[in-house]
Amino acid sequence: MKRRDFFKSGFSAGIAASSAIVLGNLEKLFAFPGNNPELPYDLVAVMNGEPEVMFDRAIETLGGMKAFVKPGQKVVVKPNIGWDVTPERAGNTNPRLVKRIIEQCLSAGAKDVYVFDNTCDEWTKCYKTSEIELQAKAAGAKVVPGNTENYYREVEIKNGISLKKAKVHELILDSDVFINVPVLKHHSSAELSMAMKNMMGVVWDRMYWHRHNLHQCIADFATFRKPDLNVIDAYRVMMKNGPRGVSVNDVVLYKTQILSADIVAVDAAAAKVFGSEPSDISYIVKASELGVGTYNLDNLKINRIKL
Amino acid sequence: MKAFIFLKRLRVVVSLVFLVLIFFLFIDFTNLFSSAIVEGILFFQFVPSFIKFINITGIIVSGYIIVLIFILLFGRVYCSSFCPLGALQDVLSFFSKKFGKKKMFRYSKPYHLPGYSILIITLILLAFGSLLFVNLLDPYSLFGKFISDLARPVYYGVNNLLAFVLEPLEIYTIYPVKLKAYNWISFGFSIFMLFLVIRLSLKKGRLYCNTVCPVGTFFGLISRISVFKIVLDETTCTSCGICGSQCKAECINTLDKTVDFSRCVGCFNCLTVCPGNGVLFKRSWFSKPPDLVKAELNQGNGRRMFLFRSSSFLIGLLSVAGNLSGQIPAKGKKEVVKKYAVTPPGSLNADHFHENCTACHLCVSACPTHVLQPSVTEYGWDGLFQPTMDYNASFCNYECKVCCDICPTGAIMSLPIWQKKRTQLGKATFIKENCIVYTDETACGACSEHCPTKAVNMIFYKGRLTIPEVTDKICIGCGACEYACPTTPLSIYVEGNPVHLLSEKPKEIKSVKPVSPAKDFPF
Repeated sequence: MKRRDFFKSGFSAGIAASSAIVLGNLEKLFAFPGNNPELPYDLVAVMNGEPEVMFDRAIETLGGMKAFVKPGQKVVVKPNIGWDVTPERAGNTNPRLVKRIIEQCLSAGAKDVYVFDNTCDEWTKCYKTSEIELQAKAAGAKVVPGNTENYYREVEIKNGISLKKAKVHELILDSDVFINVPVLKHHSSAELSMAMKNMMGVVWDRMYWHRHNLHQCIADFATFRKPDLNVIDAYRVMMKNGPRGVSVNDVVLYKTQILSADIVAVDAAAAKVFGSEPSDISYIVKASELGVGTYNLDNLKINRIKL
Repeated sequence: MKAFIFLKRLRVVVSLVFLVLIFFLFIDFTNLFSSAIVEGILFFQFVPSFIKFINITGIIVSGYIIVLIFILLFGRVYCSSFCPLGALQDVLSFFSKKFGKKKMFRYSKPYHLPGYSILIITLILLAFGSLLFVNLLDPYSLFGKFISDLARPVYYGVNNLLAFVLEPLEIYTIYPVKLKAYNWISFGFSIFMLFLVIRLSLKKGRLYCNTVCPVGTFFGLISRISVFKIVLDETTCTSCGICGSQCKAECINTLDKTVDFSRCVGCFNCLTVCPGNGVLFKRSWFSKPPDLVKAELNQGNGRRMFLFRSSSFLIGLLSVAGNLSGQIPAKGKKEVVKKYAVTPPGSLNADHFHENCTACHLCVSACPTHVLQPSVTEYGWDGLFQPTMDYNASFCNYECKVCCDICPTGAIMSLPIWQKKRTQLGKATFIKENCIVYTDETACGACSEHCPTKAVNMIFYKGRLTIPEVTDKICIGCGACEYACPTTPLSIYVEGNPVHLLSEKPKEIKSVKPVSPAKDFPF
């Protein structure tokens, strides 16, 4: 190596390193920490396919699951398993989508994949009726309870306004990769349940959120641990009577899926799919104000796939 | 005589099988056994079976009839085979004999007064429609309370410890289970009764069964005229006293060669220990019952003090119960006052439930959400310990009817699932003044989220802010809203229906997809 080259490469490495530090700090202060700038797209939306097919196509355009999961890593997949209802009722995440995500994680070399939710209805019934336990186990994941407090550890939410502390499931705290897999549905309290709302299932005391400005708490928690990837299941969408739903008549077949590392953007896109304006959903606006992500989809690099 | 050893072994095996199975029923939280198996296990339990027979017309063969036939034929064999409380005493004395000093029994005169008084009071109360004494003293229900109140929490603890140990190994088949509520009054009663039963049993054998248990006393009346009886043979009996020393009912008078068969619990120990052929189990249809001996009231100071102290302890515990409820509401907020406690689905109405529930707490043990909890004063004093829907602990799972399927008395009747899902146990009542949406003007809606019929619906309040509204006719009173409500005092609660109603089916309108994203992405 010539001396000049040595200096050159050393110099550029130094610039890269220092700018990374500066940018990293800036990101924490202003921008969207955790949003993965290395991905080819900020957001991928796919429609007209079966859950597995849509996911395979979408993840492929993001560089495959290996862009998110490195060999030997511990992965937690967090679907919505909140209710004792069948997949047709769309109250929980589509079990086939959960299965495919787990399969992809394992073939990308994940050491272990874990699945859990802190359910609203009795948890063993939710895990069973949703068919998520069955499919997740079939795919090779470990299905973990979230029904007792001993699984949860208290953490500080540094950037929280209403929510300063929360007890978070140990899997969220201890896993290398966190994949958030909510279902898009109407929600009587939060207007819409999507990626950020799904995070209520990783904490122990949800009722604190309800008592202390629900929308602000949802936004506050999004500042704590952003999922590495959000996959919103909009295969079947509950249009009314959410989040539990009353009958299959509440459900419409959308055959849509939205993926993004930006939890605000993915919610904004899903809200639009539902027919709502993201700026009308208070927690989306609040999370954006906290610098979690952006709901202005115009500035994002979006891949739109129609199968 | 050795020929009778088969009889004794049979009753030991039968009693152990029932003891273990019934014990398991009352600690299990996974609903391992189907309702048919549960029904089979509890088929012979006399009081539940009898009440169920009255409740459900159309039962041709009922366990209690078979039990009565058995007693008419062979005496109180029930007490040493089917009765879990009897078996529990036998097991305890077995271990006490194994590890302690060998207990020798000797004949004692019968104490008829307490037994008959309790039986008469039980029957008088029954005639007035109150099951209070059955709730407190029926041996099956008492055993149920022992296990549900005392053993179940221990079982949960061991289970949770195991789950805790296995968790780092990533074994999740054993998962922790939470004791969502615990009734200390019921605990106090159970521990008191268990103490009483054990004390009497270790000291005087089956004295509890012959002086307290109303079922035992009742069976004693029938066994006086049973076809087969234990008798001491006038000629072959040598009055050696061995059988009497082994009789836990203390009803064999070897000197007079008489047996008070009304007190005999049919354990057959005497038959197997007789060195000769002195003790016989033979037909005595026309034989004269032994002379009744006047009740001996002189119990001695020690025992009287023991009974006095224990009852004061109980009364004290119960009076504590009255003071447990009641909280001071914050300024401007309304306190929740419930008129009627909620009875479980399938109980039809409060009267049916109170007149048929023996408070065995099987439903309390089996309820997957643990919403069913023993009551204290919720139903008034004569409904003591009958289970109630405790919406502070949990709420009724919409798709579940485990309690309806396993209730051994028919106090909770089996319903088809569609009917269970539409049975209105009570009505949600909204108190706006306490609601977060009203007081803080922030979104909440936890009640509406959990509502399975959307009887609690969110309607526009201020701008995009929504507030709960209750539609009575589609409310089923499952308590999900009350359980989920985060405010103190509550903003929404269920007022029980004294008579369950059939709610209307929620209106189903087919949802449609908004026009814009039909063909393209809206972004």
